[in-house]
Amino acid sequence: MVLSSDDINRAVRRIAHEILEGNKGPDDLLLLGIPTRGAHLARRLGEALQQVEGTEVPVGSLDVTMYRDDLRRQPTRAVEHTHIPGDGVDGKVVVLVDDVLYSGRTVRSALDALADLGRPRAVRLAVLVDRGHRELPIRADYVGKNLPTSHSERVMVRLAEHDGEGTEGVRIAGPADAGERAR
Amino acid sequence: MKHLLSIADLSREEILSVLDTAVSMHEVQHRDVKKLPTLRGRTIINFFFEDSTRTRSSFEIAGKWLSADTINLTGKGTSVSKGESLRDTVLTIGAMGVDMMVVRHPASGAPAQIADWVGCSVVNAGDGTHEHPSQALLDAYTLRRALGDLEGRHVAIVGDLTHSRVLRSNLLCLQRLGARVTLVAPPTLMPSGIAAWSGADGFATSYDLDEVLPTVDAVMMLRVQRERMSGGYFPTAKEYAVTYGLTPRRLGLLQDHAVICHPGPMNRGLEISADAADAARSLVLDQVSAGVAVRMSILYHLLAGEGSQE
Repeated sequence: MVLSSDDINRAVRRIAHEILEGNKGPDDLLLLGIPTRGAHLARRLGEALQQVEGTEVPVGSLDVTMYRDDLRRQPTRAVEHTHIPGDGVDGKVVVLVDDVLYSGRTVRSALDALADLGRPRAVRLAVLVDRGHRELPIRADYVGKNLPTSHSERVMVRLAEHDGEGTEGVRIAGPADAGERAR
Repeated sequence: MKHLLSIADLSREEILSVLDTAVSMHEVQHRDVKKLPTLRGRTIINFFFEDSTRTRSSFEIAGKWLSADTINLTGKGTSVSKGESLRDTVLTIGAMGVDMMVVRHPASGAPAQIADWVGCSVVNAGDGTHEHPSQALLDAYTLRRALGDLEGRHVAIVGDLTHSRVLRSNLLCLQRLGARVTLVAPPTLMPSGIAAWSGADGFATSYDLDEVLPTVDAVMMLRVQRERMSGGYFPTAKEYAVTYGLTPRRLGLLQDHAVICHPGPMNRGLEISADAADAARSLVLDQVSAGVAVRMSILYHLLAGEGSQE
């Protein structure tokens, strides 16, 4: 176990403070989580921002499946929901939220998806875990934990909302226990 | 999934996957930029040997919104009218390196035959009196949006069942989704041997529309296909409209939540009255709107994943 449930919540709260500091307040912020676990994290981050600042920050989800560059390499993926709250992304400071930053290809897809929805004033990236091994010139603005890993290892993020109570945490699994779906 | 030739080839899970993905596709329809890059570089030929407005245009729009290159061909104006055989025509098109053919043909089974000949994906966009699977999927999508889960729901399919390809696809699709289906038609338009249809069991038939209407959650009116009728299936159009049409009086027999579908094109005043077609509970335009989203989902399932092209 690399991060416990408490560690995850502490990281989310710290990132909330960092976002408010970087943005000089909550104005124009729009949190978009990348399904499925990124969307849950975005919701938690939204709650943390509200606790800190007292104003509600809009939270949505952005599915990037249709924009992936590896669709042809995998069985047909299920398409998740995109939900953009309020009046769109134009002029907003969009914070993309995902659980694990790895190759950077998911974020690349998300940037393309965002461009089709409008023109944000700025786009930031918040991730719970940065495990390195980028394949594109992409970096995160807000990181819960930097986790040096090897390619053969798996980083497994489990969240109570999605995976059930008592399972929450971040673990690194070696190649031997790669049976479980992981990323 | 490589081809979409018949609903009979699809499992319940595959149907639900297509319908669920269509929900996300529907969102794209309401955006300013209606374009996804998913099928960039793929080529789709819409090969229509029979007239069509909504099916052909919605397949074309679906392909374009997914960034595929789509080309429309009709029977007229191609080498078919010079006497080239169907096999030679599709092999010629296939040799150009297309990824998918969407085929409508007056002969039942033509798309399945073409799928045997060519290497690309084939979608049946209506073949003779056999099947029209994309229509059944969009009908199911529309009904699910209006009624929720179709498990245990009662759907009546009414009208010219003998000449309908929508019927077989819808019957199979609705049954896979757990709905109870009653077929209503005059004896002359009830397909002979319908009880022996493979995969379709446990449906009821009736000759009396008034008796069925008060129990249904949805009524699907099918077009009287006069272009396919050579003999006297019913004495006069007036008599058909009175005995099997969805008249203003019959609207009153429906439950409050019951909805009306028609795959179009409608013969107003024959199988459906203007009152019924334009009623608030009529889903006719919802069906057309769903057509693009569901066909995008079909293209996505057939062309996007690994192994979709050999």
